[in-house]
Amino acid sequence: QEMEDKVISPEKVEEAKLKARYPHLGQKPGGSDFLRKRLQKGQKYFDSGDYNMAKAKMKNKQLPTATPDKTEVTGDHIPTPQDLPQRKPSLVASKLAG
Amino acid sequence: ADIISTVEFNYSGDLLATGDKGGRVVIFQREQENKSRPHSRGEYNVYSTFQSHEPEFDYLKSLEIEEKINKIRWLPQQNAAHFLLSTNDKTIKLWKISERDKRAEGYNLKDEDGRLRDPFRITALRVPILKPMDLMVEASPRRIFANAHTYHINSISVNSDHETYLSADDLRINLWHLEITDRSFNIVDIKPANMEELTEVITAAEFHPHHCNVFVYSSSKGTIRLCDMRSSALCDRHSKFFEEPEDPSSRSFFSEIISSISDVKFSHSGRYMMTRDYLSVKVWDLNMENRPVETYQVHEYLRSKLCSLYENDCIFDKFECCWNGSDSAIMTGSYNNFFRMFDRNTRRDITLEASRESSKPRAILKPRKVCTGGKRKKDEISVDSLDFNKKILHTAWHPLENIIAVAATNNLYIFQDKVN
Repeated sequence: QEMEDKVISPEKVEEAKLKARYPHLGQKPGGSDFLRKRLQKGQKYFDSGDYNMAKAKMKNKQLPTATPDKTEVTGDHIPTPQDLPQRKPSLVASKLAG
Repeated sequence: ADIISTVEFNYSGDLLATGDKGGRVVIFQREQENKSRPHSRGEYNVYSTFQSHEPEFDYLKSLEIEEKINKIRWLPQQNAAHFLLSTNDKTIKLWKISERDKRAEGYNLKDEDGRLRDPFRITALRVPILKPMDLMVEASPRRIFANAHTYHINSISVNSDHETYLSADDLRINLWHLEITDRSFNIVDIKPANMEELTEVITAAEFHPHHCNVFVYSSSKGTIRLCDMRSSALCDRHSKFFEEPEDPSSRSFFSEIISSISDVKFSHSGRYMMTRDYLSVKVWDLNMENRPVETYQVHEYLRSKLCSLYENDCIFDKFECCWNGSDSAIMTGSYNNFFRMFDRNTRRDITLEASRESSKPRAILKPRKVCTGGKRKKDEISVDSLDFNKKILHTAWHPLENIIAVAATNNLYIFQDKVN
């Protein structure tokens, strides 16, 4: 008797696996999105200040930080009221106060 | 030590240059034969180290420009000094490496330590004499070829005329004169008017070793175009188009990605060229465009792992390939610090490993084998045990002898034929 063997290439098996994991994977795999990502390789920074800060941080990584200084919190993340330093009292008392 | 990103022998093979991710270039020199130390024959020792490129910031795009050295190419030697081109993503530099083994002594106006002598104390005039000194190797940048590439440079190639060279990025190829830094000619431009229509990018380019008007460039779609600069100033239209026909029924999501050519190299003879795609190395006869004349499987067992290789990005790894001096053998890297060599005449192939554990100095390398299925024999390694972080992307073969340089992440291995 004859046996019909349908041989599925290993590549197609892998493709099925991928499509099962990522059903919304683009129709054109080698197409524009993928290539454009390649053209744009490189880490994007907000601006040159951001870039220089990041470089300086990398250089200072070896230096141990003593206590996290509350006055230097801005620039790293969006501060919360707890992070901000307490407002120092004015040297000159306001005429409106007591 | 940083991750090595390029390895290249010079024309005589006496010098070996490596570039790394930190923008540094290290040059090794082969020791001369020394009868008193026979074992040091052919050993490569550090000759010069210098910082070629620094990280920069592209203000317009707010992107960092990596200092990683993408390619180094030597110039043919014309005098006592050595010259090489090194490039990162955006800027190519011509470096002069020269030796200084003499020093002038006996200046009239200065002391030996450089301090100015009191002019009233100088009573006699003397002629400075040259005295030998400890060898000092100096590297100095002689030319900086900048601002000619919008996209990332992947290749540089010195022309056989020894006057010009090309640099290729993802979409364009430029022609330079080694003496002129403020001007370069665009010879290939595949940028579409509408970037939405972009379908392929340039992956590598090289000048023909003998015909100074001919160069090739490979693409992410697995094609190679040969261009003749005599036919037109802008070589957008190729003279020859090399592509292997694909069986449409076997096409999959991965087909185009694994067909992308990561390296193209002419044979020394100039009659053939070799291309490396993800799973194989192909040798093409320049006179036959419709298919390669030889195909070598590097690691076909990875075809059933493409899904995970896509997920961990390894499928995008760019392996290089190289010929031996006589074009009888080719070499390319793989994973797990394995590299493969193919003998074109005998069709024999071998897998070797570049790692400290598996090789002691002067011990003969043991061939390795990957078990593809079924019972794993002793000494074989199964596909699932391969370390995909240990990739050998860069290898080089001495132009005349059987000496090879293999870069395994941040280590450089130099192997030689056993000395009888």
